[in-house]
Amino acid sequence: MNELIDFISTNLDMVYVVILMIFVGIEVIGNVPAVLHTPLMSGANAIHGVVIIGAILVMLGADPENKLALSLGFVAVILGTLNVVGGFVVTDRMLEMFKKKK
Amino acid sequence: MNYLFSLEFLYLIASITYILGLKMLGHPETARRGNLIAAAGMTLAIFGTIFLFQGEVPTLVYTLIGIAIILGSIIGWMIAKKVPMTKMPELVSLFNGMGGASAALIGLIEFEHYTGQTLSVFTIIGGVIIGSISFSGSMIAWGKLNGSINKPIRLPYYNILNNLFLLAIILFAGYMIWSNTNSQLYLYILFFGALAYGILFVIPIGGADMPVVISLLNSFTGLAAALGGFLYDNMVMLTGGILVGSAGTILTFAMCKAMNRSLFNVIFGGFGETDLSESKGTDSKITGSIKKTTASDVAILMNYCQRLIIIPGYGLAVAQAQHAIHELEQLLDSKGVEVKYAIHPVAGRMPGHMNVLLAETNVAYEKLAEMEDVNPEFQNTDVVFVVGANDVVNPAAHNDPSSPIYGMPILDAEKAKQIIINKRSMKPGYAGIENELFYNQKTSMLFGDAKEVIQDLISEIKGM
Repeated sequence: MNELIDFISTNLDMVYVVILMIFVGIEVIGNVPAVLHTPLMSGANAIHGVVIIGAILVMLGADPENKLALSLGFVAVILGTLNVVGGFVVTDRMLEMFKKKK
Repeated sequence: MNYLFSLEFLYLIASITYILGLKMLGHPETARRGNLIAAAGMTLAIFGTIFLFQGEVPTLVYTLIGIAIILGSIIGWMIAKKVPMTKMPELVSLFNGMGGASAALIGLIEFEHYTGQTLSVFTIIGGVIIGSISFSGSMIAWGKLNGSINKPIRLPYYNILNNLFLLAIILFAGYMIWSNTNSQLYLYILFFGALAYGILFVIPIGGADMPVVISLLNSFTGLAAALGGFLYDNMVMLTGGILVGSAGTILTFAMCKAMNRSLFNVIFGGFGETDLSESKGTDSKITGSIKKTTASDVAILMNYCQRLIIIPGYGLAVAQAQHAIHELEQLLDSKGVEVKYAIHPVAGRMPGHMNVLLAETNVAYEKLAEMEDVNPEFQNTDVVFVVGANDVVNPAAHNDPSSPIYGMPILDAEKAKQIIINKRSMKPGYAGIENELFYNQKTSMLFGDAKEVIQDLISEIKGM
């Protein structure tokens, strides 16, 4: 328990960010027409590809002798990139169709 | 001034682009730009992380990162560009799984570095569990949508079993955190346990509910990314992750609402059981017989009618008949028939999917009518052509309170003067319930594969 309180007091800015972001997320999605649900989900999918930054940090901080960590990190970066690049490209492709018919 | 070029500042910009991007994705006119803005922010954050890293990094590591990013970009780009539009939903699921796997791998590597720091271990273990569930669950959803796993598989008592299993995972994770263990064995047991749970979680859920599941797993991955943000004190991971986690959850509920399902029902119920017990009574209420018709009869009917509304559904997408239906629509249009498409919000494999599919074949925007706009028009419509849709035209949603789809907004096809329904067989739709519209006196059934049937219609009409 003490540790939790410590954590909150030392990372107060992060706690604020989390709380505010939750509300921003709710606000941003409100009243979106059903037509856009699929592209929106796909776009959000691409954004959580931000996990790739974690994968890069793992590799940057890894001990170069630790082959297991390096190879797992390598795979993690590939997967994260797939998520980001694939996600944004697919979303763009979907939205391109929407534009054409206008 | 230097601050402008610092990593923190880049992260701030990236976070803003995510919020802005998501907001813009919610409006048809700005959606595409929104996506590009978020993509630009992401690129900035990724390159910033690599080039502004404080500390000594061997060239080998930089090379490996570079190779990984280039490989991932090429593969991701190719898959995303090559896959046909009908397969879009499973692709989202696939990419979502990749993100989840990435989050889980990060946890697997970092675990040993943080032994003893309770809160860091908590975020690591949380990332491993959520990431793994998201990965294996997304892979099952992907398999279900592309047809390699086509039946919901339900073990006896699967609900209780699944929940007990999840509880076991959580308790085990709690024990790992509490005991300050540094056992890699425990970590891998947890990892494989969570992977197994992801499979068990998604496998009993029917194909029609997959969009909701994908959306839910999407927000899971967001959460896993945010936990990584806590671990590394990394603001952009935190903002991006929480944003997707929260937006994804709301989107999941919005999708459930559009399909008139509760999330609880999707996860624990499945249409299957709830109806079997409830709809016994409904079955007997449906009386009358179905009327079969032939392509040539329908062709005559369509050729000489004035107003025709097409109701496309999942079956159209499965049969890849969207190009054929567009050809039929143009042909009838050239003969002076007023043709429109009535799009139910959840038609297709995902909400909005049908619009994407038809837009791909260059169907004019004005011809796609949304449910609220088109419903009053049915009574002045000569012929309604229902292709591969079922539950979205089921009148039980209006007049049978015992039906599981009661209350769901539907297209009022029954008000039209003539109703032609194309289906492969009399099999009920996803909801697994009978549709009294099939037994309506105005209804004729045109059995067969959507694509073949439409092509027959086209050649018949051309011959007239």
